[in-house]
Amino acid sequence: MTAVVLIIVQVLVALAVTPLLLGVMRQVRSRLESRVGAGVLQPYRDVAKLLRKQPLRAQGSSPILVYAPLVLLVSSLMIVALVPLITTSSLVTIPSDLFVVVSLLLVGTVAMAVLGLDGGTAFGGMGSSRHMMIAALVEPTVLMSVYALSVPVGSSTLSTIVAARGLDPARVVTPAGLLAVVALVIVVLAETGRLPVDNPSTHLELTMVHEAMILESAGRDLAWLEVGSWLRLTALLGLVVNLALPWGVAADASPLMLVLGVVALVVKLLAAGAIVAAAEVFMAKLRLFRVPELLAGSFVLAFLAVTASYLAG
Amino acid sequence: MRWLSLLGVIRRTGRIAEPAPPRPAPDPSVVVPDALRGSVQVRHVDAGSCNGCEIEVGAAFGPVYDVERYGARLVASPRHADVLAVTGVVTHNMVEPLVRTVEATPEPRLVVAIGDCARNCGMFAGGYGVAGSVSDIVDVDLEVPGCPPRPEAIVAALRQVTGR
Repeated sequence: MTAVVLIIVQVLVALAVTPLLLGVMRQVRSRLESRVGAGVLQPYRDVAKLLRKQPLRAQGSSPILVYAPLVLLVSSLMIVALVPLITTSSLVTIPSDLFVVVSLLLVGTVAMAVLGLDGGTAFGGMGSSRHMMIAALVEPTVLMSVYALSVPVGSSTLSTIVAARGLDPARVVTPAGLLAVVALVIVVLAETGRLPVDNPSTHLELTMVHEAMILESAGRDLAWLEVGSWLRLTALLGLVVNLALPWGVAADASPLMLVLGVVALVVKLLAAGAIVAAAEVFMAKLRLFRVPELLAGSFVLAFLAVTASYLAG
Repeated sequence: MRWLSLLGVIRRTGRIAEPAPPRPAPDPSVVVPDALRGSVQVRHVDAGSCNGCEIEVGAAFGPVYDVERYGARLVASPRHADVLAVTGVVTHNMVEPLVRTVEATPEPRLVVAIGDCARNCGMFAGGYGVAGSVSDIVDVDLEVPGCPPRPEAIVAALRQVTGR
């Protein structure tokens, strides 16, 4: 029962902090571009506005245009509920298993790819095929790198891994741990459509990946798509920071631990977001044909991490 | 070490955005839907412009005038847009694309005619390729005079909409 309450709190906190994370990332980028920036609260205003607009759907499009954004949103909410963000206690019947989380990621990815095809535009289909190519290269690395972290713990449950790393800080700086976290960072950036794989603020249809798939969505549909893909960023970035810095994650349901968990998550998440946004200023988007090289590199790192975790324990 | 020199450039440049002018007085003739307050996505439509207005629109969204600080942002699709910024006279070839772009924009939406050509055909009035001004083809909610209008004027018009 307490696990259910904790997970509800975790989802609500994630929903509340996600627009702020995007706002901070955009604001850091604006400041480094010598701009003033729209303020960290702009994503809240954007979503509120989109929810009040009439959704307009293309002639001849199927109900996929209505349901795919909802599938993405629900899958993202489930990922947020399962990944250990503020608490390491998980449901007994649905553990935060590595394979469950990766499958949920794929459900959202496929929903988005189908949505891109449904609009019937050339750019949507192009975005879908690119998105699936990146997903096919990303998922094995996610599995391998978290698997490397799960070997010393003896469990593929994410919350158990985070809890074990928190209890034994020596685990965090093992070669296997470091390699796996670096590989995870690269694939998280690719999966959430950040530079250098995809540019979230591009206006050029030919270079789009994520943006190209949502070109045909408007109003409420677009709001669900935005919130759904932002929540994926929160969940994956939160997972990475909790694996890299596994301190402050609530181990039990006492109110004090819970408050500490929320504060620690918000601080770690916003700091990680600011670092990612600052690093993006120094990067150009990779040519699409170079993306597999980057992702293959991250797979090699993950593979080395698995090897090292067996050899060095 | 290229990123170090880039960091030096960023530090030396500092903030180049102009100080924000006071918020323009609300124009009673412009009815802005409540939903658009604080956040406006702009889709730019070139209906047959000489590209003078495009340069000024680009400047308004650039780092110096930085209209993004008031909550306006350029987007790539009319489906994502709240405001259509139309520049130039409407040529015969652009009549249908313009009408269809307006239809593809979800309600509530506003159409802003930017520049003298968009308002009254300017110096191209009576040309054989010209179908008319923007208000001859679609309903216009807001006009920005000038040939080309200064970026400050474009920023002021968009601030009328965002109210910030």
